Amino acid sequence: MPTQQIAGVAVEVNDEGFFVDAEQWTEEMATPLAEQWGVPVPLTDKHWQVLRFMRSEYFEKGTGPTVRKLGKTSGVTVKELYQLFPKGPAKLAAGCAGIPKPRGCV
Amino acid sequence: MTTPIEKVSIVISKGSLEEIYPGLIMANGARAEGMEANLFFTFFGLDAVHKKRIDHIKVATVGNPGLHIPTWAGGLPGVSSLMTKYMEHQIEELDIPGIPEFVEMISDTGAGLYGCLASVDLFGIAREDLIDQVDDIITVGEFYEMAAGGQIIFT
Repeated sequence: MPTQQIAGVAVEVNDEGFFVDAEQWTEEMATPLAEQWGVPVPLTDKHWQVLRFMRSEYFEKGTGPTVRKLGKTSGVTVKELYQLFPKGPAKLAAGCAGIPKPRGCV
Repeated sequence: MTTPIEKVSIVISKGSLEEIYPGLIMANGARAEGMEANLFFTFFGLDAVHKKRIDHIKVATVGNPGLHIPTWAGGLPGVSSLMTKYMEHQIEELDIPGIPEFVEMISDTGAGLYGCLASVDLFGIAREDLIDQVDDIITVGEFYEMAAGGQIIFT
């Protein structure tokens, strides 16, 4: 597994760049990660709402939510999600939130 | 490293539940991966964006060997409705939205929804007959222009 320096810390990531261990993530890493994943910065409160939701779902269920799940339960609509994370909300939010890429077809 | 797919244009040409869902799932999945996605509804596929028909999409129970029921049984009154109810239930269990909600969601993801001009003319369908999320009614030539540089998927 490659390691990567994020906010001055060496983190283990997979080939796609997703965190292997979500415990290695800290809030200071969100902005550098957003820049890396092509998410418009500065991160807004809505971005943070999604990132926190991603993490809590991941720790509760063992996998991050899909876009459909996010739209239904995070309090941010599908339309807004694509404005916040244009190149794929679930994938990019997982990248910024330091959790593995969510798996799910819908 | 292989070049990632940047854009997909998906043609939905049939009007049964099992022939509409795959195209919708692929379009939604493409947007989730950050790809550009367009859906082109042609022939009976237009039912998926037709105001009066979108709520009544059924599973084809005749001529569908994948269901593993005899063809004669598939044609009995009520079998298609029953099978549709059953599949809709299974789909809901998986938390996959029903077709009307799914189409709306796909539009919200920023995917383009287009009706086929030839089919609209053939069936005598007007723009007002189609749901508001349909961006435009276009010709096949315009579809190819839109699809340029990406992949085309026919379902």
